[in-house]
Amino acid sequence: MIYEIFRQERKGQPFQHAGSLDAPDRAFAETYAKEFYGRRGESEALWVIPRESILEIEEFVDELNRNYHRVDGYSLKEKLKEARARAASAKGAGALSADEG
Amino acid sequence: MEEDVQKTLLEIADDELILGWRDSEWTGIAPFLEEDVAFSSIAQNEIGHARALYELAARDLDTTADELAFDRSPEEYRCSRLVELRLLDWERTIARHYLYENADAKRLEQLKQSDDSEIAGLAAKIDREEAYHRIHAQMWFDRLKDEARFTAALEELRPLVDADRTEHGPELTELWEEMTMVRRSQPAGTKW
Repeated sequence: MIYEIFRQERKGQPFQHAGSLDAPDRAFAETYAKEFYGRRGESEALWVIPRESILEIEEFVDELNRNYHRVDGYSLKEKLKEARARAASAKGAGALSADEG
Repeated sequence: MEEDVQKTLLEIADDELILGWRDSEWTGIAPFLEEDVAFSSIAQNEIGHARALYELAARDLDTTADELAFDRSPEEYRCSRLVELRLLDWERTIARHYLYENADAKRLEQLKQSDDSEIAGLAAKIDREEAYHRIHAQMWFDRLKDEARFTAALEELRPLVDADRTEHGPELTELWEEMTMVRRSQPAGTKW
């Protein structure tokens, strides 16, 4: 059974993926994890997780390209560009202007 | 240092050196990769323990650790028959590991009580590494204890734990020749 190992560098820090190992059961996985990732005092803590326990998500619902809920979802630059383009084409088409005519 | 303390130090050092050598023979051919790494690490620890013990004994005997480890003749070693066996199957190798670690634990416990602070200190340091060895041995024991081949191996090897340390088999001579081959071929006067 494959186990994934996550290690915490220092207290309070997030656990980061460090590698994987193959072990016949939990006791072996624990011993090997300690041997490979803990013998030299290099980790504050380890998470040893059977790979099959991990729920992996790779597909996400494709929401609108620029979701205005998000901070980066409303591009002012884009909006200005569009507005200028509209203004230019309106002018070009001989749209009303108080000064002309 | 009293004679019997010195004798004990050499016995442990010889055990660790020879067992370390035997255990290292599994590097590359252990049952699976993770075990290969763990077992090799154990072998390396054992050689390290041997070296530290030889250093301690050597000072009192006015010699060097290398000379103690390699320049005695096979008959002069005081390792146990248990460790000198060349075991080509995993069940006996791991059975030996289990038997040895349990016996060694008792021995180290005694050394930790020594009046000599250096010996007690070294024993404590060695014991901390041996803790990993014991966990490893127990783990295998728990997994294999219902397997006939393993229990048979344990019973076959158990009598050797306390066997006479002055009696050695031809395997120790073979091991010694291999272990000291390079050292003995060094022309007189050359330095590494």
